[in-house]
Amino acid sequence: MHRRYLIVAAMSAFALVAAAGLGLAFFGVNEGPKLKSGVAAIGGPFTLVDDTGTAVTEKTLAGKPYAMYFGYTFCPEVCPTTLFDLSRWIKALGPDADKLNYVFVSVDPGRDTVQLMHTYLSSFDKHIRGYTGTPEQIAKIAKEYRVYYKKIPTDDGGYVMDHSAMIYLMGPDDKFVTLIRYQEDDASALAKLRKLVAVAPMS
Amino acid sequence: MRYLPTLALAALLLAAASPAFAQSSTSIQIEKPWARATPAGAKTGAAYMTIENKSGEPDRLTGGASDVAKTLQIHEMKVVDGVMKMREIPGGLPVPAGGSVTLKPGGYHVMLIGLNKALKKGEKIPLTLVFEKAGKVSIEVPVESVGAMHSDMPGMGHMDMK
Repeated sequence: MHRRYLIVAAMSAFALVAAAGLGLAFFGVNEGPKLKSGVAAIGGPFTLVDDTGTAVTEKTLAGKPYAMYFGYTFCPEVCPTTLFDLSRWIKALGPDADKLNYVFVSVDPGRDTVQLMHTYLSSFDKHIRGYTGTPEQIAKIAKEYRVYYKKIPTDDGGYVMDHSAMIYLMGPDDKFVTLIRYQEDDASALAKLRKLVAVAPMS
Repeated sequence: MRYLPTLALAALLLAAASPAFAQSSTSIQIEKPWARATPAGAKTGAAYMTIENKSGEPDRLTGGASDVAKTLQIHEMKVVDGVMKMREIPGGLPVPAGGSVTLKPGGYHVMLIGLNKALKKGEKIPLTLVFEKAGKVSIEVPVESVGAMHSDMPGMGHMDMK
């Protein structure tokens, strides 16, 4: 009689603890913009164009874990530094680097054309692909990945972009795994990338 | 006529002895300037340095110009809650009397906008900075690698990208 309640209570308690644990784990790694809800998933469908002019969707990345970074080529410091760091880490991964995809998504579609993205990425590791699109397409992927970006006008009539400055690491199932913060140390970033390599399907 | 080689030598020596960075101001000294090499196609660049104000009066870096860029602005960069924010500093960057201010990655930088050429490691670019009181200060800025985080960074050389 009481045993049944006990089991239910134990199960409820377990569920609560598990949920709290998940929430903690989730917020523990999230150092980016505040999420509206702790359970909101990061990632989702998108349609963009890569730096060779080929149409891409979330299915293009399916099957391999991937690292995704949002930035813009007009960025003088954070973006080149991040892409440079990522290039060094890719090199450090050696042959395992091929088990992941790496994408630089523009938050400045007004200036970042397919050609400019291609030229810009020629300065970094060849694994890194560039995605751009229409302002609507960029707004959609930014929303899917909970990426913050905002155009800030400057006195000279131009503008700069505020944007989330971390690398999203996503599993082969398109599920969020963790983040690499701006200027995270090499050992920590590489450990995260190697974890991603470990969950890559055997090829 | 036989003085010519001597004169030429003297001229060479003079040129070699002159400071690497021609500066017209005595109150403002620029130390360890450097600029970040830019990726192909990039339209912006950043230069960093330490500005020393040897005068007894506070000064302010308000702007400047460079042959390699259309415009030059003094910016501050911050990463807040994972979001990168970059702004022009309204009214310029204060340099305290008898003190100094350092422009470095993650903080202040001289933003070069509308680059007419890529900044390549090993090159030097001309920069004229304008101060409220000291006036114009012209310097030559060596270009370091894309991944450099400060000037003459040891150990970064072998990590050069192509």
